[in-house]
Amino acid sequence: MKVHEYQAKEILRRYGVPTPRGIVVDNPEDARAAAKELGGRVVVKAQIHAGGRGKGGGVKLAKDPDEAVELAKKIIGMTLVTHQTGPEGRIVGKVLIEEALNIDKELYLGITLDRRIGMPVVMASKQGGMEIEEVAERDPSAIHREPIDSVLGTLPFQARAVANALGLTGDSYKKCVDFVQKLMRCYIEMDASLAEINPLLVTKEGDVLALDCKMNFDDNALFRHKDVAEMRDLKEEDALEVEASQFGLNYIKLDGNVGCMVNGAGLAMATMDIIKLAGGQPANFLDVGGGASAEQVRNAFRIILSDANVKAILINIFGGIMRCDRIAEGVVSASREVGLPVPVVVRLEGTNVELGKEILAKSGLPLITADGMWDAAQKVVAAAQGK
Amino acid sequence: MAIWADKNTRVIVQGITGREGTFHAIQCREYGTQMVGGVTPGKGGTTHEGFAVFNSVREAREKAGANCSLIFVPPPFAADAVMEAADAGIELIICITEGIPVNDMIRAHDFLKKSNARAIQSGATPSRLIGPNCPGIITPGEAKIGIMPGHIHRPGPIGIVSRSGTLTYEAVGQTRTMGQSTAVGIGGDPLPGTNFIDCLAAFQNDPATEAIIMIGEIGGSAEEEAAAFVKANVTKPVVAFIAGQTAPPGRRMGHAGAIISGGKGTASEKMAALKAAGIHVVEAPSEMGAKVAEVWKGR
Repeated sequence: MKVHEYQAKEILRRYGVPTPRGIVVDNPEDARAAAKELGGRVVVKAQIHAGGRGKGGGVKLAKDPDEAVELAKKIIGMTLVTHQTGPEGRIVGKVLIEEALNIDKELYLGITLDRRIGMPVVMASKQGGMEIEEVAERDPSAIHREPIDSVLGTLPFQARAVANALGLTGDSYKKCVDFVQKLMRCYIEMDASLAEINPLLVTKEGDVLALDCKMNFDDNALFRHKDVAEMRDLKEEDALEVEASQFGLNYIKLDGNVGCMVNGAGLAMATMDIIKLAGGQPANFLDVGGGASAEQVRNAFRIILSDANVKAILINIFGGIMRCDRIAEGVVSASREVGLPVPVVVRLEGTNVELGKEILAKSGLPLITADGMWDAAQKVVAAAQGK
Repeated sequence: MAIWADKNTRVIVQGITGREGTFHAIQCREYGTQMVGGVTPGKGGTTHEGFAVFNSVREAREKAGANCSLIFVPPPFAADAVMEAADAGIELIICITEGIPVNDMIRAHDFLKKSNARAIQSGATPSRLIGPNCPGIITPGEAKIGIMPGHIHRPGPIGIVSRSGTLTYEAVGQTRTMGQSTAVGIGGDPLPGTNFIDCLAAFQNDPATEAIIMIGEIGGSAEEEAAAFVKANVTKPVVAFIAGQTAPPGRRMGHAGAIISGGKGTASEKMAALKAAGIHVVEAPSEMGAKVAEVWKGR
């Protein structure tokens, strides 16, 4: 799960990780009081779940409270387009007003899971403000990697190695060592999957602060972090995807015109792939789960058909424990209820497949049956093209 | 012969009195697997659907001679169940549970590493964890330890290893005429207990396995590491399919581990690495069966 910058900083402060002083507002008039309280000269930062906000015009410096109000007026309500939002962009609902600081250095500090070794790893680079993927591509040696045993936590020598790699000395060196240890404690205890401080700011006064912060959390651990779960901003997510998740469906909207309904995540991805190989474009990823009950099928139909681009649907179910005849009954009853505005191709395989096919054939519904994934993909692509 | 599971494997179910645990314990018993009981703390000494229930895994091992545990415990308690099984000296631990926090699995892996080191030191067999978030393992005709539909499998020469459940069934369905030696679902989580390399090494050493299908997906670098291993160590023909060629970057595709992050973990990178290692990569999931039949006959 993703959270906004201001929420991530709230969490950092609980662990004593230094951040600039800031106040989040959702209307321009409140920006004045906030700016006054923060000393007049402030930065106004759009709060959306995407990187590249500065380049998109969502982060601006205000020299006084009047200008902060002007900037907040422009930014709140704007559609911010960055390389991470896609061309449709995101509407900005809130801005974070933050004190402006005297920048000496901008560095990079990030923590994420290294799946290969099964440990969180601290990544540090002197090239703050640049995307770490870009640095990794151009000059991998510029990134210091420090794997941390999360049972032991950050050992002092490891935090020192990070501060050394960042080229810090004196007071800011000590502050950085402290910063790294606190950030890692926060990452582990809060079950984060990403904590990225970019840039990590060193001020002219020698302070070390998180100027920007992006945090993602392990969805599987939200049961023990109710406060984080409550930070979820549904406006940042696709409405259909949110609705689908309420029915226990795993749905991701894509750009194509062939809808698909599949049981199992791997098979669902493979179904999208074979649609593409057959010359079509998948409209979505949708995993109905292992069960694929009539109710699940009904909900899945509704979600897929809410996407106006969908010109045909492929149902691909491998019946294991759930028998194909039961699935076929579900498909038939859901089809009757929803009505079928577009052609539907059904491919069933597994337990009681013959019975299942018979139920589909006898239903009198215009369902197109298929044998095997390739046959199904070709039929659904042809149907989507109106053939 | 087969890998890891056979007719002599003695299985208990952790979480046997739960809905899923009960259902699948019965299914496994009907398949012919030696199901010797189950564990539900606090319900020891009772009988559930004909299964003896024990209070702890240690007790189940001592009294019922279990050497394998199948775990259906809910996510918040599943890592503890894995560690309890390892501590009791269970050799094969299969964790079906989906949704375990990554941090819990890091701790469980750490525990396993230490308890396995102690086991090896004392001459005992270390524990192997399969999963979590997986369908389990099946050696057709001998033992089904998991949630897969048993009847679609036939004994035969094809070894199957996969990160995806239903896609494993798809591969099994496509190899129906040849049959399978063992099919292992290693699970869709970012930190699996058993990885591709473990399975490939075991299949290479298993006389019953003559060709291998490996099914990967986007996210992580396990397929690339497997490719390097195959190139250096595997002489049997390997066919591979990678799911997620059309997956958008940055989105989690159902499985916790299936995400392209920072432009890494794409299907095309993985397919290129596998091809470079001499593995027969198929683009369409419908071609796995035909391709493995071809390379198996031509081996």
